[in-house]
Amino acid sequence: MYLYDAIDQSLVDQRVEQFHDQVRRRMAGELTEEQFKPLRLMNGLYLQLHAYMLRVAIPYGTMSSHQMRKLAHIARRYDKGYGHFTTRQNLQFNWPKLEEMPDILAELAEVQMHALQTSGNCIRNVTADQYAGAAADEVADPRITAEVVRQWSTLHPEFSFLPRKFKIAVTGSPRDRAAARVHDIGLIIKSDEAGAMGYQVIVGGGLGRTPMIGVTVHDFLPKRHLLSYIEAILRVYNQAGRRDNMYKARIKILVHALGAEEFIRRVNAEWEAIRDSAVDLPAGEHDRIAAFFAPPRFEPLAKHDALFARYRLEDREFAQWARTNVAPHKQPGYDIANISLKPEGGIPGDATAEQMNAVAAIAERFSFSEIRVTHEQNLVLPHVRQADLYDVWQTLRSHDLATPNLGLISDIIACPGMDYCSLANARSIPLAQDISKRFADLKQQHDIGELKVKISGCINACGHHHVGHIGLLGVDRKGEEYYQITLGGSADENTSLGEIIGPAVSYDNVVDAIETITTTYVGLRTDGESFLDTYRRVGKEPFKETLYAAH
Amino acid sequence: MPLIKSKQVVIDTWQHVDDEMALPADGGVIISLARWQAEQTVLVGRNAPLGIRLKSDEGVDTIINDLPRFGVVALEFPTFKDGRPYSTARLLRQRHHYTEELRAVGDILRDQVQFMRRCGFDAFEFADKTAAEKAIAAFDEIEAVYQTAADRRRSAAMIRNDTTNAFLNGTCG
Repeated sequence: MYLYDAIDQSLVDQRVEQFHDQVRRRMAGELTEEQFKPLRLMNGLYLQLHAYMLRVAIPYGTMSSHQMRKLAHIARRYDKGYGHFTTRQNLQFNWPKLEEMPDILAELAEVQMHALQTSGNCIRNVTADQYAGAAADEVADPRITAEVVRQWSTLHPEFSFLPRKFKIAVTGSPRDRAAARVHDIGLIIKSDEAGAMGYQVIVGGGLGRTPMIGVTVHDFLPKRHLLSYIEAILRVYNQAGRRDNMYKARIKILVHALGAEEFIRRVNAEWEAIRDSAVDLPAGEHDRIAAFFAPPRFEPLAKHDALFARYRLEDREFAQWARTNVAPHKQPGYDIANISLKPEGGIPGDATAEQMNAVAAIAERFSFSEIRVTHEQNLVLPHVRQADLYDVWQTLRSHDLATPNLGLISDIIACPGMDYCSLANARSIPLAQDISKRFADLKQQHDIGELKVKISGCINACGHHHVGHIGLLGVDRKGEEYYQITLGGSADENTSLGEIIGPAVSYDNVVDAIETITTTYVGLRTDGESFLDTYRRVGKEPFKETLYAAH
Repeated sequence: MPLIKSKQVVIDTWQHVDDEMALPADGGVIISLARWQAEQTVLVGRNAPLGIRLKSDEGVDTIINDLPRFGVVALEFPTFKDGRPYSTARLLRQRHHYTEELRAVGDILRDQVQFMRRCGFDAFEFADKTAAEKAIAAFDEIEAVYQTAADRRRSAAMIRNDTTNAFLNGTCG
């Protein structure tokens, strides 16, 4: 993991001091709420429906056991004993007090954490593949690039007041787990024939009210040019992006309005002027950062552990968990263990302080003290010996963290919705809970197979409904909560946006509608065919027929 | 209006002249781009310093050919949220090598002056004197920077990869 040096630490410490003074000025009445707003937003502090909400940055979703324990401590001491992991790989505290905010930030700074740029119209906390450094299919570790981008974007003097927020995601694997094609910039690390590293640069993807899939603006950008190239993209956007209408201010609208060709021409013209300047990293810095992400000291092990195989045979429940929640590791004898934060009837992404401490302890013992947060609101133990998986599973289970539902219908992404958010039209969390209760039968879930349900409580699409295999969007219909259903979305390397299949359905009918959809799928699928593949083969008509026939 | 230069409140020797106002007989004036474009001959003939004021949507291309004529370029922030002048400032300083005064005008708040200075602004107009005085402390709230920009500060990466490393040795950190 990356560790701060004196420079990184001084920046975060001074930032805490600065915010301390801003809070003092607010409490003393020297600042109005309106004047305070942009300042608090730059420190991740939102004013929600009922209280302030603090969004803590977990850069590219990577943290240590030590940091997780601090989050647990903050949840207990300053909040109501829990936190909420988000689709940006961050953590939100829903009930902090304004006057305690400087103390919370000071506690975070003690463990090299902060809340910088988790909100506001700036370059947000960069996200990456949660399996970084572990995935069997990885070309290069995306965390190195993500850390380079994190530093470059932190308090960027030119790009802190962009037309709108700006999100960058990095993946180093052909299997896209970071949703690179639906970000303002998506970076996919590739290797050329000579083995040199570079980036496929994708710009202008995004969800929200105008969902778009990004366009490739560079097929293979040599690694050393990364910062000058993205600085050129940001400069074009900062100058030409729309500022008259916040709903048309994201870079995707600019790319669309100019056309990809003209946008690329402008970026290249800008890049030509700065590509060999000091904007790019000096020699040595990339290597310095990369050294922090050297593989941990893996033991030389056999590719397949005999004990692991035996436990799977002997314990069906364990086998079920291993089948859904364990992914292959690049190192022989190791695997990646996913921790579901979607227990039956639970709130997607929520974890109690007790659970956070439990995960910290398990990671310390079994995963080199490393923990990841996924954009699907789960946690990951990236480096677990196969021989330890049974112990890991048992410990997780005793903390209600071993639900074997990764990628299944109850592994739902949901935004906070009307329970917390002042923008929402409808509730998301209770709906996710109802769906997971209806499909509580794990055998049924496993039979349905991979199915990603994503729920947004309003058109801003924080729940990523456009890229859900089944997407649900909350709409307000004369004061009633209704949900528009989309099918066929996906955020992976074959990104697609879901299609609306018909009129919105009322809250009370949504769970039935989902069941009708899954039943229809089961009737249509060929042997081993996933929901998404079936949908792509047959289209929306059969689903529309069964769903609306009864109405 | 109170003006900060070199971290001090100073007397402004320039006068903003609105488009409908007559030009004063002498003294430095700051005029709009529209007026510059309309009255160029008259303005060049006037034997006094000339400054120009750009709105946030008036990019650097509008004045680059005339840059040597200006003793001040004032970039307007209609609201602090409009970040276009940051890019304009860097382009003026770093691409077009403009060395005279670069002034931030409009909605100028203490919490943005660090960013402005990094992009090349060296003069800041505040609405009142108290705000200006309080803003002076804000210039040095955060020492470390991660990027190279239009100021002379060395980025964290440059310091780290330099063997004579004052910051990490603790002499200025």
